[in-house]
Amino acid sequence: MLNYIIRRLVSLIPVLIGVSILAFSLMHLVPGDPARSILGEKATEAQLEALREELNLNDPYIVQYGRFMGQIAQGDLGNSITSKEAVIVEIGSRLPATLELTLFAMGIAVLVGVLAGVIAAVKQYSWFDNISMSGALFGVSMPIFWLGLMMIWLFAVELNWLPPSGRLSNDIELQTITNLYLLDSILTLNGEAFVNAFRHLLMPGIALATIPMAIIARMTRSSMLEVMKQDYIRTANAKGLASRLVVFQHALKNAALPVLTVIGLQFGFLLGGAVLTETIFSWPGVGRYVMDAILSRDYPVVQSTILIVAVIFVLVNLITDLLYTLFDPRIKLD
Amino acid sequence: METLAAEAKADQLDPALKQKKNSSLWLDSLSRVVKSKTSLMGLIIISLLIIVAIFAPQIATHSPTEQNIIERYQAPSGEHWLGTDELGRDIFSRLVFGARITIKIGVICVGISMVTGVLLGCVAGYFGRWVDQVIMRIIDIMMAFPSILLAIALVAVLGKSLTNAMIAVGIVGVPHFARIVRSTVLSVKETEYIEASRVIGAKNGRILFSHVLPNCLAPIIVQATLTVGTAILDAAGLSFLGLGAQPPTPEWGAMLSDGRSALQTAPWVVMFPGLAIFLVVLGFNLFGDGLRDALDPRLKQ
Repeated sequence: MLNYIIRRLVSLIPVLIGVSILAFSLMHLVPGDPARSILGEKATEAQLEALREELNLNDPYIVQYGRFMGQIAQGDLGNSITSKEAVIVEIGSRLPATLELTLFAMGIAVLVGVLAGVIAAVKQYSWFDNISMSGALFGVSMPIFWLGLMMIWLFAVELNWLPPSGRLSNDIELQTITNLYLLDSILTLNGEAFVNAFRHLLMPGIALATIPMAIIARMTRSSMLEVMKQDYIRTANAKGLASRLVVFQHALKNAALPVLTVIGLQFGFLLGGAVLTETIFSWPGVGRYVMDAILSRDYPVVQSTILIVAVIFVLVNLITDLLYTLFDPRIKLD
Repeated sequence: METLAAEAKADQLDPALKQKKNSSLWLDSLSRVVKSKTSLMGLIIISLLIIVAIFAPQIATHSPTEQNIIERYQAPSGEHWLGTDELGRDIFSRLVFGARITIKIGVICVGISMVTGVLLGCVAGYFGRWVDQVIMRIIDIMMAFPSILLAIALVAVLGKSLTNAMIAVGIVGVPHFARIVRSTVLSVKETEYIEASRVIGAKNGRILFSHVLPNCLAPIIVQATLTVGTAILDAAGLSFLGLGAQPPTPEWGAMLSDGRSALQTAPWVVMFPGLAIFLVVLGFNLFGDGLRDALDPRLKQ
């Protein structure tokens, strides 16, 4: 097992190097002069030269890349052009918001998706199967930015049930520890803040969860149907095991593997979808940060954020692969 | 001499046989698609979209770009079926003309993904060894980025425009095609008829394009249909973020974005473009699902 993990980690190195080259090259793919594109048409030659100097754009490409990697190795992701702050600090302060949103969304997606998929498979062709699978098809076809706006219109504007944006109301006090507000409010036993943070999370969480939930439900259903046809399920049923036991202990365990792959892949979707969701709900996370950076042509921020998200995604996929072996010892590691 | 003659005869017979076999496969599949209620529904939605796009000038009740500030933010009425937007433009007419842009987006994005992906997948699967290694590592690197984020980053460097958005969405779709085609090529190239054509001296190019590729057609078509939906969603998302279509283009995602500020007073400006995107994507997904079941009956429960 340890051997396998080490080998997987080693095999990640070329991918990570490639990812870093791609993220680094972004600024150099800009047509024309990156300095000009950052400062705009009115910049003087002196200003341009100063910025080129600051960003080391005059050095050979390979030297620039070497410096970029050297800085990353020291935990330095450069400075934002617009705010002059260290990018690592800025991302660090926003990452918890994004993590909270994506984890919450993933929680909804897995819980509802797997449950709906299992029930739909067990009661194949029932009304539940039909409705939930139609719902899943609607879900994968949904523009989430539209769904988000429609939810704001219905639940925040018309019905006034939920707050339209932000993470926490201004008048709520919360002592932050992890900066995951739900967790913090539990740790500090702050019931008021918990309810408030939860109400803020609900709409963006559901909007972001829609597509993964639909995909997970469809995958669970087809995977369960496959497994339920197997002989050992018939045996388990025949020997009189309670059907709930058969479904959840025998069938779901074996149907879980493809579902797990999908969940791992959907995590990347969530990180990407967070850009749209955070924009709509004014969620102070990494997605909105990268969007603002793109609109103000703050390339160092764009480079670093994209690199970090890609690294997180690669690691999540590695963890998914490793979890396989827990779920299915039949998978050969060598 | 005798074997050569036999081969020549077989060669003559071969196209006819292949034709017959192919046409029955495709005809069978088509009839299965039409028989399935859901994929028929998808087909109807797609046909409607195409009809609306072709006859846009006849269907639209107003000009899609004509402004009339006095009539801004009007609720749906007999005059303006789906209301008007912040510049008093008729939303229905803009949606109708937007259908053309949606089709353009679908075709161009999927075209870029498919041509590049199929080519890379074929070359990687067929030639194997270091070629395969290099191509698949590049694909791995591309897949290490969440696709919409990679598209956003690409548009950020290429510059905001609908063309660049389509290129970006097209590029991020490449890995899926490349992977599917590569795995099919890997299994096809070990078959006896490929060996046979190599024995009679067919060149790589000919084997690849006239023998290997036709056998990958079914998965490619299914993937293409399903990718149209994703491409339309992603491109609309980019336009929504202000990175794609620029005003006054009646692109659905951009229209939706324009209406955001008036969500409280004029929700219809946001509602209808989103509904249009949803319906079209649903159509392609329904049809794609049906097509997959039809072309690969093994998957059908």
